[in-house]
Formats: sequence, C-alpha cells, structure tokens
Amino acid sequence: MIEFQHISKAFDGKKVLDGVSGKFEQGKVNLIIGESGTGKSVLIKCIVGLIRPDQGSIAFDGRDFLNGSKDRTVGVRKEIGMLFQGGALFDSKNVEENVLFPLDMLTDMPQDAKLDRVNFCLQRVGLSNANKKMPNELSGGMQKRVGVARAIVNNSKYLFCDEPTSGLDAKTGLLIDELIQELTYEYDIATIVVTHDMDSIVSIGDYILFLHQGRKTWEGASADIFHVDVEALKDFLFASKLMRMAKPQA
Amino acid sequence: MFVNRERVKTYIRQTLEECVSIGVNSIFLVAIVSIFAGAVASIQIYHTLTSPLLGDFLVGYGVREMTILETAPTVMAIVFAARVGSSIAGQLGSMRISEQIDALEILGINTTSYLVLPKILASILTYPFLVIISAFLAIYSGLISSQFAVSVAPADYIYGLRHAFDPYSVYFAIYKSIVYAFLISSISAYRGFYISGGAVAIGKASTRAVTDSCIAILLADYILTQLLLHPSFKI
Ligand SMILES: Nc1ncnc2c1ncn2[C@@H]1O[C@H](COP(=O)(O)OP(=O)(O)O)[C@@H](O)[C@H]1O
Ligand SMILES: [Mg+2]
Repeated sequence: MIEFQHISKAFDGKKVLDGVSGKFEQGKVNLIIGESGTGKSVLIKCIVGLIRPDQGSIAFDGRDFLNGSKDRTVGVRKEIGMLFQGGALFDSKNVEENVLFPLDMLTDMPQDAKLDRVNFCLQRVGLSNANKKMPNELSGGMQKRVGVARAIVNNSKYLFCDEPTSGLDAKTGLLIDELIQELTYEYDIATIVVTHDMDSIVSIGDYILFLHQGRKTWEGASADIFHVDVEALKDFLFASKLMRMAKPQA
Repeated sequence: MFVNRERVKTYIRQTLEECVSIGVNSIFLVAIVSIFAGAVASIQIYHTLTSPLLGDFLVGYGVREMTILETAPTVMAIVFAARVGSSIAGQLGSMRISEQIDALEILGINTTSYLVLPKILASILTYPFLVIISAFLAIYSGLISSQFAVSVAPADYIYGLRHAFDPYSVYFAIYKSIVYAFLISSISAYRGFYISGGAVAIGKASTRAVTDSCIAILLADYILTQLLLHPSFKI
C-alpha cells in the first residue's frame, strides 16, 4: 500500500500540487484523473521519487520514502515499475535488452534465469517473437507492451503508468488497459494509472482520485463517479460530446 | 550506492561503445578535413613565402608548424565539436524528452555517471588520437601536394619538417586536445541533459552545444597558448 500525505510542489513559484493526499492499495487499479496540466504527472513523479516534493510524506507499506535511509530508498525503488507516456524504451537497445536492463541493474540473477524471466514477461504481454526488434520498428501499442514488460520484470509491487493509452486507437488502448488490470489482480500489484481517457475511466479502475488545479477534488469508487455532484468533475467527465450524449439521465 | 558486477560491466561497456561512436566514427571527417587543410596550406605557403633566397624547405617547415600548433588540435576541435557535440546534445536531449532519462533514474541509476561520464571519458580518450592522425595526414598531404602542384622536392619538404623542431610542440598539441575534448563533451552533454520542452528544444540544444563549444575552444586556445608557451611552464 502506498500512502501519501499533503504533497505540495511549486515550479518557479507556481504551485502545481497543493496538499494532495491519498492511499493506493495492493491488488487495485488506482486512477488519477484530471485535465491536462493539472499536475497528474508531477504527482506520480513525486511519489516515485523522480521529483522531490516541497512538502509532504510518502510511505510504501509503511516505509518512509522521502526521509528514510538510502538503503531503504533503494529497497523501495527496486519494487517500483513505471510505464512512461511514450513508452520511454531505450532506443539503442532491442526489446530483449530493454526488458533485461532492470534485472541487470537491480539483481544478481544468473544470465539464463534473467533471460527466462524476460521471455516470460514478454510472453505475458503478448510479444513472444519480438526479442530482437528495435524500438523504432514497433508500433505504439507494441512499444507500450514492452514498456509494461520492463516495468513488471523485476516482480514490481508497485506499478505506475502515465497515460498508458495516449496516442493509441481506442481498441489498442483498451487492450493495454486490460493488460494492466489483469497483471494488477494476478500479481497483487498496487497499480496507479494516470489518465484522462474516458474509456479507461469507465473500464478499469477500482479507486479514482480526481485532480483539479493541483488539488484533490474528489476521490471514490469508480461505480460512483457518474453520480457525483462536484462541478469540476462533471465538467471534466462530460466535456466530450460523446459523453454528454451518453450521460445518465437523472 | 550498492555496486554489483553487472553494473560495473555496463559502465565499461558503455564507455567502449562511446569510444566507437565518438572517436572511430569521427575519423573519416577528420581525415578529409586534414588532408585538404595540409594540401592547401602547402601550396599557399609555397606561393607566399618561398623565394629563390629562402628555399623550398620553408613549405615543410610552415606546414609542420601550422599543423601541430593550430590545425590538428584546434581546427579539428571545431570539426569535432560540430560532429560530436551536436550528436551528444541531440542524443541526451531526445532521451530527456522521451523520458528515457527518467526511466533510468527510476532504476536508481545515477544518470550523470551512466550517460554523461562515458561520453566525456570517450572524448578525452579518443580525441588526442584523432589529433595525431590529423597531424600525420595533413603533413603527408602537404608533402604530396607540394610535390605535384608546385614541384617542391620531397627532400626539401622533409628537411623543412625537421628544421628547428621542438618536440614540446607535440606535447602542447596533446595537452590542448585533452582540454578541448573535455570542454566539447561536457558542454554538449550539459546542453542536452538539461533540456526542457518539446522536439524543437532538441534542435536548439544541438545548435547551442556547437556554438558554446566553439567559443570555449577558442577561448581555451588563447589561454592555453599563453600559459603553455610561457618559459616557466616548458618541461
Ligand atoms: N520540471 C518542470 N519544471 C517546471 N514546470 C513543470 C515541470 N514539470 C511540470 N511542470 C508544470 O506543471 C504543470 C503540471 O504538469 P503535468 O503534471 O505534466 O500535467 P498533467 O496533469 O497533464 O500530467 C504544468 O503546468 C507544467 O508546465
Ligand atoms: Mg502528464
């Protein structure tokens, strides 16, 4: 379980996050939703330690992540996997080397055990025959799959995904969402998905945190989200014409 | 930071790969520029300096001095900056924009030592060799072209090469080249690494890397020439 309290972050005096708190549980897909530019990416980068927040505390299963010892921080980091918005595959490495890389860096496993694990993960994300392909030979959806494989290869307990469906067509996006959801339940991962994709919001997500102008404006179960009386959230959800047409009538 | 064997191996491999992409891949360009620089210099010197009174050996002498003092270390540094500086900045910049640097950091990798250090090391290791190659090629092409274009006898040219030769000038060229290699790689890495914005920023960073490197090279040349040619510094 990941718990974070009162996370604030400003860039050049401009407040991007303003005291955001929340709790992400194991075996659940947790969504962070909100308009572009409200600080979703900054929030998860604060949680995983890529950006240091100005204020607040973060704990991974009770282990303080911001003020803990170096060893503990390293220990937590080993358990974090992250899928980046564009996949962020290392473009000088092929698919296999990309997925192998975290194992090389974080473990002392023997080479053939590492390769077995890599092949298992690639198979799990549905990419069995792409080991030697370079990232630029892959479609957007395939790149995301490799990104997912790389994020879970070290048996991550925490999986962070920044807009996993962005840049993909609806069908491919749904497949990626479903993959993330399956993996979460299968391996009891605490998964955090940042998205503004309505498809993702209606199809995956056990818990939703709505971020608006750097503040947590609503949180709750996904089943409740369309029956909430928060203006900002309603504006966000029904911004698209399609969603307005499908809006449940009161 | 915890050290494992795989990591150390990775860092070494990274440096060797950079030596290839930075050093070996620059040989062709450096060679072309050096060959033409040497050829042009020899003909130019023949027409401006030699006279029946002074003798043709001046061509060899002039080409040697010019090559070892400036062309091989400094002019090649500009060529090297254009070739390598822009590629370092572009590569790191695109890794930043596409979040590859974040992806490394999340694995607890010290990205400056993993990405930047091998490039600086590889530049410092390979550039002095490029300078030596450049000097040989420029001087040799001076020999050939002065023989065929303005019919200076090779023996005169070689006599000129040996005339009043101070071996310190070679050390001087090597010292300068190490400083230049460090400046070019670190300035360009800085420009690429701390980029923000979109794809446009990558192009801007590459341009800045090359301009900043060139200015740094010329300033360093001025300072080093004063410093290293000072009598108290000569060994
Ligand atoms: N490293 C940074 N330096 C300065 N400003 C930043 C930085 N990262 C993000 N921001 C700003 O923070 C705000 C939130 O960005 P972000 O979290 O990326 O939004 P999103 O919710 O779309 O993911 C934006 O206004 C962005 O310009
Ligand atoms: Mg974002």
